[in-house]
Amino acid sequence: MARLNINGQNRDVQVAADTPLLWVIREQVGLTGTKYGCGVAQCGSCSVHINGELVRSCSMRVGDVRPTDKIVTIEGLSRNSSHPVQRAWAAIDVPQCGYCQSGQIMAAAALLRKKPRPTDADIDEAMTNICRCGTYQRIRAAVHMAAGNGNGGSVGRGNRKS
Amino acid sequence: MTKTIHDTTAPVSRRKFIVGSAAVAGGGLALGFDVPLGAAQGQNAGNELGIWVVVRPNNDCVIRIARSEMGQGTITGLAQLVAEELECDWQRVKTEGLLPGQNLARKRAWGNMSTGGSQGIRQSQDYVRRGGAVARMMLLQAAANEWGVPVGELTVSKGTISHAASKRQTTYGRVAAAAVKLTPPDPKSIKLKDPKSWTIAGKPLKRLDTAAKLNGSLVYAIDLKLPGMLNAAIKDCPVYGGKLRSFDEAKVAKLPGVRKVVRVKDTAVAVVADTWWQAKTALDALPIVWDEGENAKVSDATIAQHIATGLTATETNGDRREGDALAAIAGAAKKIEATYSTPFLSHACMEVMNATVRLTADKAECWTPTQNLEASLAALSSESGVPLGQCEVYRHDLGGGFGRRGGTQDYVRKAVTVAKEFPGIPIKLIWSREEDQTHDFFRPISMAKFSAGLDEKNNLVGLHVRVSGQSINAHLNPAAMAGGRDMRQLQGFWAEAGDAQMGYTVPNLLVEYAMRNTHVPVGPWRGVNTNQNGYYLECFIEEVARASGRDSLEFRRAMMSKHPKHLAVLNAAAEKGDWGKPLPPGVHRGIAQFMGYGSYSAATAEVSVDKAGNVKVHRMVLALNCGHIANPDQIAAQVEGSVVYGLSATLFGECPVANGRMTSLNFDTYRMLRLAEMPKVETVTVPTYDFWGGVGEPTICVVAPAVINAIFTATGKPVRSLPVKNVKLV
Ligand code: FES
Ligand code: FES
Repeated sequence: MARLNINGQNRDVQVAADTPLLWVIREQVGLTGTKYGCGVAQCGSCSVHINGELVRSCSMRVGDVRPTDKIVTIEGLSRNSSHPVQRAWAAIDVPQCGYCQSGQIMAAAALLRKKPRPTDADIDEAMTNICRCGTYQRIRAAVHMAAGNGNGGSVGRGNRKS
Repeated sequence: MTKTIHDTTAPVSRRKFIVGSAAVAGGGLALGFDVPLGAAQGQNAGNELGIWVVVRPNNDCVIRIARSEMGQGTITGLAQLVAEELECDWQRVKTEGLLPGQNLARKRAWGNMSTGGSQGIRQSQDYVRRGGAVARMMLLQAAANEWGVPVGELTVSKGTISHAASKRQTTYGRVAAAAVKLTPPDPKSIKLKDPKSWTIAGKPLKRLDTAAKLNGSLVYAIDLKLPGMLNAAIKDCPVYGGKLRSFDEAKVAKLPGVRKVVRVKDTAVAVVADTWWQAKTALDALPIVWDEGENAKVSDATIAQHIATGLTATETNGDRREGDALAAIAGAAKKIEATYSTPFLSHACMEVMNATVRLTADKAECWTPTQNLEASLAALSSESGVPLGQCEVYRHDLGGGFGRRGGTQDYVRKAVTVAKEFPGIPIKLIWSREEDQTHDFFRPISMAKFSAGLDEKNNLVGLHVRVSGQSINAHLNPAAMAGGRDMRQLQGFWAEAGDAQMGYTVPNLLVEYAMRNTHVPVGPWRGVNTNQNGYYLECFIEEVARASGRDSLEFRRAMMSKHPKHLAVLNAAAEKGDWGKPLPPGVHRGIAQFMGYGSYSAATAEVSVDKAGNVKVHRMVLALNCGHIANPDQIAAQVEGSVVYGLSATLFGECPVANGRMTSLNFDTYRMLRLAEMPKVETVTVPTYDFWGGVGEPTICVVAPAVINAIFTATGKPVRSLPVKNVKLV
């Protein structure tokens, strides 16, 4: 039995303490925007925020989460996809298959909270999630856009005005 | 403006859909549709105009999509093509994914649903555009009938029909109910628009499917929740060809949530539990005895030996022969030789393999990410024994495909086998990443030996190419190998125009393939054999160009006058890639061109190699002629993605084999390119508007050779085996 605070709500779950937080979020809490990609803290698909810090939830035991810890998943990042990162992602059409994008967006949001005007080097260091479809160029541009650093330079060749 | 018109059919159908799918899926949202399913089943036929378009009274135009969306933008591109001919308001376009059971019930009216070989748009563009035109003509005719004027006097713009003489206007939504009563024109009789006049197709419009990918709301198959559903984890014998001997169910039967341990055919075992984590935990604890068989002796070294025999063998499995290459090389002023190799590669889709199956007395249902809904339907039927007409596969957008989720359908068959033990209960089978890495259909391993002869003027007078390696057809489609020949493994070396034609003219040419199969399953991997062959040919041509003392670009151009499309693309890459212009200190350039999937590709790469031998790719310019362009921004996205997929493979990718099994089982060892390693990618399209080529796959084949040729410039040494990480560069 564990009590979790997820997206502002307390949720009591019946689950073994060594279950990864990722699977508790997906299977007990029922929020499936947070994805399984590797289970070994490599890909970042499972990224959530805990007390504002970026965490790869596949590699955190649910027993190590305190009831007072504030967990935010992609579903709780904003109302109506209004977070600047989500808006920039939409403006630049970042996603391809989209599977990694919950994790990418959570990583970018955590970066911008710490560094509102990140440099390319900051983005390199912070955005280490895997995207198998290869959306990195647009991710970089969208992080800059979300930070208000202009449109992040030219990406692709399309017209990005929405 | 259409609020005064009350539709009586759509809300009913909508309700039917929600009720119906709740019964099926436990919630309408689970299927990811936002339009009435009934429409495709004829229940909403009031608005169905032809087979591709449904117009709602509120002027929404629902465009049907038969192909799978795996991130490549097919939904948006196909909708643009239909909407162009339909002349509707793009802002009112909705899409509806068709199901294979629906297609079957309508005698495959919507054609082929498979999505591979970069075929999604190019193979269906003609009939879907005609489908849009059919709907437009019916709508215009309905308005003409209502007003009693000749249809030729009407104009239409963004779904609003006008009659200038009488200053009357109406909308698609208002005339749709009348239009549906008309006999559709013969689609073949329709004249399509000149692509040069397009206003929706060919434009860099935003994707239609982005919103749900930004907030976690898109339900991938792995996310599906059904009432009463159980979860399963699976382990198949890690040695291909091995068998499951036994397992000790008692050791895990009491673990939390465990329902049953199931033998899956002769080779695998699955644990079924309440949650997937419980199933996986129990599976990891389950004592399993495998009968690994003879293949457990196979390793990288034995495979390499086996493949090397194909480099010199006298018997081959397909060739292209012009002139006498061996004699020309023997008599040449200068001879060049080199041997190259490439490893097995897994697809590693971000969404691991999964399928959910429910079998009831008279119905078989499956929810799975698939590149071929009809192949999934067939596998569901044959494996379950339920007749095709009582099967359905529900559509989910794929978390990546890259060729893994096409014809093999192993994931559907395994899920059916487990579900058979639980009649009436939906079973979601999810593979762990490790299982996914172990039981792929890998990009085939191969080697290639090249020899070339230059005359006194340093012209290439003879080229001999011997490719040896595993055959995809032998593993998946032996029927395609008439007389033991398999020209698919020579993709990109072909003489025939239009698909994967070699862009050089060599007076004496011999290209041969020697099949050397292993026990490892192989299959198509984004770009398929153009990957290896593009790397082999373009890196060898680079070696020959250097031996000739001529510029790499000039040397290539001199052999391409008979292949103007290849040449134009190479020239575009060279020009936009600043060929011949100075670079910052330590940065070097490489170039390559190749053809696959009906499109012409070329690339330049700017690369540096530091003192420790670390490679950094700074910038790549890719030129593509895919004939027509459905959406330039999505072409750019596919090119960017191809660069990432191709660079991961070039720099890091390998799936080593030891004791008969794969040893690189997760992203800690199967290294992927990360954002910090992403070069700046520029996409240059040079469309000639006289053919339809592919987009998702063609450009990947020039990524490796452009980068490797730049490394050659940087270090003065060729890289003759991939991945680069295993090569000592300095
Ligand atoms: S699933 Fe957690 S990092 Fe990959
Ligand atoms: S968008 Fe497909 S994995 Fe990132």
